Amino acid sequence: MKNGRKAARKDAPNGNNQSPKHGSEMTGAEMVVQALADQGVEHVFGYPGGAVLPIYDEIIQQDRVEHILVRHEQGAGHAAEGYARSTGKVGVALVTSGPGATNMVTPLTDALMDSIPIVCITGQVPTHLIGNDAFQECDTVGITRPATKHNWLVRDVNDLSRILHEAFYVARHGRPGPVLVDIPKDIQFARGIYTGPNHVEHKTYRPRTKGDPQAIRAAIDLIAKAKRPVFYTGGGVINSGPRAAALLRELVRLTGYPITSTLMGLGAYPAADRQWLGMLGMHGTWEANHVMHDCDLMVAIGARFDDRITGRVNAFSPGSKKIHIDIDPSSINKNVRVDLPIIGDVAEVLEDMLLVWKAEKPKIDQAALKAWWKQIDHWRARNCLAYRQNRDVIMPQYAIERLYAATRDKDVYITTEVGQHQMWAAQFYQFQEPNRWMTSGGLGTMGYGLPAAVGVQVAHPGSLVIDIAGDASVLMTMQEMSTAVQHNLPIKIFILNNQYMGMVRQWQQLLHGNRLSHSYMDSLPDFVKLAEAYGCVGIRAERPGELDDAIAEMIEVNKPVLFDCRVAALANCFPMIPSGKAHNEMLLPEEADDEAVANAIDARGKVLV
Amino acid sequence: MKRARTAAAKPAPSHAVPAAKPAPRHHNRAVLPPASAYFIEDRHDRTERHVLSVIVDNEPGVLARVIGLFSGRGYNIDSLTVSETEHAKHLSRITVVTTGTPMVLSQIRNQLDRMVPVHAVIDLTAEGNPLERELALVKVTGEGNDRVEALRIADAFRAEVVGASTEHFIFQLTGRTDKIEQFISIMAPLGLTEVCRTGIAALGRGPEGLDG
Repeated sequence: MKNGRKAARKDAPNGNNQSPKHGSEMTGAEMVVQALADQGVEHVFGYPGGAVLPIYDEIIQQDRVEHILVRHEQGAGHAAEGYARSTGKVGVALVTSGPGATNMVTPLTDALMDSIPIVCITGQVPTHLIGNDAFQECDTVGITRPATKHNWLVRDVNDLSRILHEAFYVARHGRPGPVLVDIPKDIQFARGIYTGPNHVEHKTYRPRTKGDPQAIRAAIDLIAKAKRPVFYTGGGVINSGPRAAALLRELVRLTGYPITSTLMGLGAYPAADRQWLGMLGMHGTWEANHVMHDCDLMVAIGARFDDRITGRVNAFSPGSKKIHIDIDPSSINKNVRVDLPIIGDVAEVLEDMLLVWKAEKPKIDQAALKAWWKQIDHWRARNCLAYRQNRDVIMPQYAIERLYAATRDKDVYITTEVGQHQMWAAQFYQFQEPNRWMTSGGLGTMGYGLPAAVGVQVAHPGSLVIDIAGDASVLMTMQEMSTAVQHNLPIKIFILNNQYMGMVRQWQQLLHGNRLSHSYMDSLPDFVKLAEAYGCVGIRAERPGELDDAIAEMIEVNKPVLFDCRVAALANCFPMIPSGKAHNEMLLPEEADDEAVANAIDARGKVLV
Repeated sequence: MKRARTAAAKPAPSHAVPAAKPAPRHHNRAVLPPASAYFIEDRHDRTERHVLSVIVDNEPGVLARVIGLFSGRGYNIDSLTVSETEHAKHLSRITVVTTGTPMVLSQIRNQLDRMVPVHAVIDLTAEGNPLERELALVKVTGEGNDRVEALRIADAFRAEVVGASTEHFIFQLTGRTDKIEQFISIMAPLGLTEVCRTGIAALGRGPEGLDG
């Protein structure tokens, strides 16, 4: 918002709009493009249609905002999410009315669940036709109301620029999220007065970002006195920006305490660090979940105690005091009662905590901490991610390990689809920096990763962008390969192809008597030929011995790649907290070969497995 | 990928399906817990009735947003009253009576509060015993003694006759919810025909107002 004015001045001379300044008269369609430029938007993901034609007519007559044509509106939404997640900027999608808008519902909900800032602009039938069941009409604001943080239907062209600037403000302030502006076609044609972004401030929406100083002092006190502490961090750290991750690292290193993270928070703390326990939750590590269960102090930062994290709530970390730092008051005490809530932006709260810590220089109980780490090392020694290597078949875990080995020193961004491959990516790919990991956490949207990779590659044209995919998920948005080809986006789609909806099958094996109801992916396309049909490159690896060379080739090619990595069909994702169990009742892979495996499944569980 | 096919787990024979069991007491409970990706459990927490005042921008869709929040997240609405209360600022006041556990009630407050057009959410019940009033229009049709008795009861309740014919009365009654409930139940055998209620309007006691 703050650089909007500057951008307007800079762009004014070379833009084709006659009046790019505040107070000028222009059409609604011109206002849309002007507002996007003034908000610093460089890329828009979209798909044209009848109700947005006036806006598209403006887009082609200027070069400040680049439009990326997708192949399905859902792709535009996920691309905008990937763009936003990897840059910290607001992602923008532009689609038409009716089916264009309804196709956006999935990415909007996805962005809402994962707190990703998106501005979606939809066309609408002309004002006088609204409510008449006009062609390609739907109640867009009604349908997307529970799928957005906020939405607007513009009824007067003179409100349009204010609403657009408000939309960006709401999307990025407080807990970020998707917003939608629905613009009837007559409003796009109508002329009105443009308002610049500096003149718009939302009337009432002022989320609190500064933590309560007393609570922060109390938190430092609790942290200093803890004997078995853990930091439990989430996507909120990433959303708060790179400064939050830097401050988190500083605080964690100052204390010497262990740290774990949710799926959404990976990369905020470097996975290579000694204090890092790995991801927690349903498919988290043995050590992370045991630490969560046995800790006496939990410092939750930008995490929301999701049911995939907590396991059985009444057995969740029973003996701990809990500090919860979150910008959204409704996240406090939603699933788990906490002892000390701190409402605020993660970076601002951590900054204040560090100030207090450095001023007070509290003494940590080093003996207790040493004993705690000894216990943690004992848990770590279980080597919970171990799997049995196979000489003939590529194990999916091995594929990710080799992918990591080949890309760890590169400027790389990873997206995923949803399922087993996603969990293996989270377990085996080591994230050292924030904003490098784009995945659908809350909503669990199969088909997210490919279009998200498109968005990431648009934002980072020179970087290596890899979608770690599954054979089932990737087909849900496969058409976006065409987008990648059209816009020269050399995304790499690394498909762990086990010819199953692996996670669905895993649950059926565990819980439904091994009846594999419709989870077998029969009649899969030949991904290599499919790649060729799209005009990109197809690579296949079937044996462990050929994997490294194939991955090297994939990285080398400066084109979009579909990589068909044939992996062991029946591998399952472990460790796992079975449903209804506590963190210390994890199921380990059979390879762990320990009596604990037998004990982890009770009599009731055995009936099911 | 041939090895996948040969290695594919065989579906269990049909006799492995657990034998039918008597219908569980709670139909939401899994037959064989934990046969679900979610934790299905019965919860029996104490619930409380609270009156909330919500100050919102009077813009299109704001009521749908508030109601959608309640239905979408499974909260109760016992009563709902909405009207613009400050015309100059285009502010509306929504008074909602809800029932929930203390944790749910605090969720409702926080979820409402984070909505963009919401200015303030005040739990009037938590702030002290609020002043609650409701208006009801009650149509009673009857003849003879019933008609006389209805009029007599109405008088005792300080209900006003706002419409009448030789066959019916329409009473207007204001008061707390329990008073109106009581009036209606007394009228039931006397020819109660139709009831319309406004829902609760409520203010906190004391000299202070809410700053929207």
